[in-house]
Amino acid sequence: MVLVEQSLNGLQFGLLLFLLAAGLTLVFGIMDFVNLAHGSLYMMGAYFAATFTAWTGSFVLGVILALGATLLLGIVLEFVALRHLYGRDHLDQVLATFGLILFFNDAVRLIWGPAGLALPLPAWLTVPVQIIPGVFYPAYRLSIIVVALAVAALLYVVVMRTRIGMLIRAGASNREMIGALGINIKLLFTLVFGLGAALAGLAGLMQAPILTVQIGMGENILILAFVIIVIGGIGSIRGAFLAAIFVGMIDTLGRAFLPDLLRMVLSSAAASTAAPALSSMLIYLLMAIVLVVRPEGLFPAAKR
Amino acid sequence: MKLQINLRNVVVALVAAGLVLLPLYSQLSGNIFILTLFTRIIIFALAAASLNLIMGYGGMMSFGHAAYLGIGGYAVGILAFEGIGSGFIQWPVALAASALYALVIGALSLRTRGVYFIMITLAFAQMAYYIASGMSRYGGDDGLTIYKRSNFGGLIDLSNRVQFYYLCLGCLFGGIYLIWRIINSRFGMVVQGVRSNEQRMQAIGFHANRYRLVCFVISGTICGLAGALLANNTDFISPAGMYWTRSGELMVMVVFGGMGSLFGPVIGTIFFLVLEEVLSQFTEYWALIMGPLLLLIVLFARGGIMGLLGRFSRG
Repeated sequence: MVLVEQSLNGLQFGLLLFLLAAGLTLVFGIMDFVNLAHGSLYMMGAYFAATFTAWTGSFVLGVILALGATLLLGIVLEFVALRHLYGRDHLDQVLATFGLILFFNDAVRLIWGPAGLALPLPAWLTVPVQIIPGVFYPAYRLSIIVVALAVAALLYVVVMRTRIGMLIRAGASNREMIGALGINIKLLFTLVFGLGAALAGLAGLMQAPILTVQIGMGENILILAFVIIVIGGIGSIRGAFLAAIFVGMIDTLGRAFLPDLLRMVLSSAAASTAAPALSSMLIYLLMAIVLVVRPEGLFPAAKR
Repeated sequence: MKLQINLRNVVVALVAAGLVLLPLYSQLSGNIFILTLFTRIIIFALAAASLNLIMGYGGMMSFGHAAYLGIGGYAVGILAFEGIGSGFIQWPVALAASALYALVIGALSLRTRGVYFIMITLAFAQMAYYIASGMSRYGGDDGLTIYKRSNFGGLIDLSNRVQFYYLCLGCLFGGIYLIWRIINSRFGMVVQGVRSNEQRMQAIGFHANRYRLVCFVISGTICGLAGALLANNTDFISPAGMYWTRSGELMVMVVFGGMGSLFGPVIGTIFFLVLEEVLSQFTEYWALIMGPLLLLIVLFARGGIMGLLGRFSRG
C-alpha cells in the first residue's frame, strides 16, 4: 500500500520535474541557451498564484492569471535581456542568468517579504480519493498527475504534429537553415521562451500547495531539472520525460524507503540524517554515470 | 619578462601595496571591521585565483569550485572536532583531500566538454554538498563550530587578527606566484595550447587530458587551502558554504576581474565583496542592484575590470 502511494508520489514529482525540464530543454536545444533563471520563473509562478488566488478568492482563476503572468514575464525577460545573449559563450549565459537569480530573489523579498506564502487549496481538492480498493490518495496530487500528463501529451502533439512544432524541431537541428528559409527565428525564440516560462510557472504553482511558497524554492529544483536534461540528452523532450520520471521516482522512493533500509546497518538517528542525503546523492551519481558512459545523454537530439 | 608601466600594472601594484599596508591603517584608525572584511576578501581571492587557473588559462569552466572550500574547511573542522588541533596535520590533510577529490571528479568530468562539463562539475559539487549535510556526527545541515583555530605551535597565532591576515595574504601572494610560474612553464604553455586548439595539441603529441587533469588538481588543491583558511576565519563550517550559488559567486569574481589575467581575480573579488558590503549598507536588497550589474558586465564588459584597464592604457 505504501509502495503504491510512494510510487504515485514519485510519478507526481517526476511529472512536475518534467514540466520544468521541458521548457529548459527546449530553450537549451533550440537556442543553445543555458538559462539558470528558469528556476526563478518557477518561483514567480508560485508567488503569482498565491497572490492572484488571494485577490480573486478563486483557486482556478488565480492559477489561470498566474499562468498568463509568468508567460508574460518570460516574454518580457527574453525581449529585454536574454535575446542579447544568444550565440554568446555558455559561461556568459550562466553568469548573466545567475545575476537574474540574485535579482529575482531580492525582488521577491522586496515585494512579498522574506516570509513564505501559503497557497490554500479549495475544499474539493483536499478530499482523498480511493484509487484502488483500500488505497486512498489525495485528490490534489492526483490532479497534478492528470494535469501534467495532459500537458505532456499536448506538448507532444504541438511539437510533433503542428507547423509550429515542426519549426521548433527544425530550429533545434539547424538554426541558420530555418532562418535562411525565411522563418522569423526571433519571434519563434520569443515564443518558445514564453512557453518554457509558462511551463515552469505551471510546475511552480502546482508544487506550491504541497510545499510553501518561498524565496529560493526554484534553485534546488532547477539543478534537478538540469540533471534531467543532461541525463535525457539536451534538446530531447522524450529524453527529458523519461529522465524526469526516473529522477522523481529515485528521489521519492529513496526518501521513503532508504531510512528503513539504513536503519538495519546504522543507528536510527544517523540513518534519518544520512538517508535524504544519500537519496539526493543517488541522482547526481546517476548523472555522473550517464555522462561518463554516454556524454551526450541517453536520447541525444538530432546532431547539428 | 620585462615589466611595463601602464595603467593596469600601476593599479595592480597599488592594490597589492594597499593589501600589505591595510593592517597598519586598521591599527591606526582603530577600524577593525575593515581588517576582518579584507581577511575574508583575501581568502576568497585565493579561491577565485585558483578557479581562474582552470577557467582563464585552461578553458575548463568548473561550476563546482565551492566544493573545495567545503572540503578544505571540513578537513580542518573534523580534525579539530576529533581533537587533532595541530595545523601541521590539519592543513596537509585539507590539501590532500581536495587534491584527491579533484583527481577523481576531474578524471570523470574531463571526458565531457563545454556545457556538459559545467553541469557535471556542478553535479559533483552538489553531491559533496549532500554528503556534508548527511554527516550527522559533524552537525549535518546545521554545520560544525570550530572551537579552536589550527595550532601551529609557537610559529604563528591564528587567533591574532593581524597575524592571521598576513598569513592569508602570504597564501594569496604565494598562490598567485605559483600560478604565474605554472602558466609560464612548459606545462602551462601546453595547458593554454590545449585551450586554444585541442586537436592540434593532440596531433603534435601531447596527451591533452593528462595536462588538463593535472591543472585541474592543482587548482582544486589551492582552493582547498582557501577552504582551510576560511574555516579558520569563520570558526565555523557548514554545507551552506559549499552550495552551488557559492560556486557561481566564485565564477562571478573571476569574470568581474577579468578571466585569464593573473591579478584579475583579486581585483574582481575586492570589487564584488566590497560592492556587496557597500550596497548592503544602503539597502537590504543589494542583490537587486548586483544582479542586473552582473548582466550588464557580461553584456558589455567581457574582459572584466582588467580588460577595461587594458583598454584605457592602450589609449
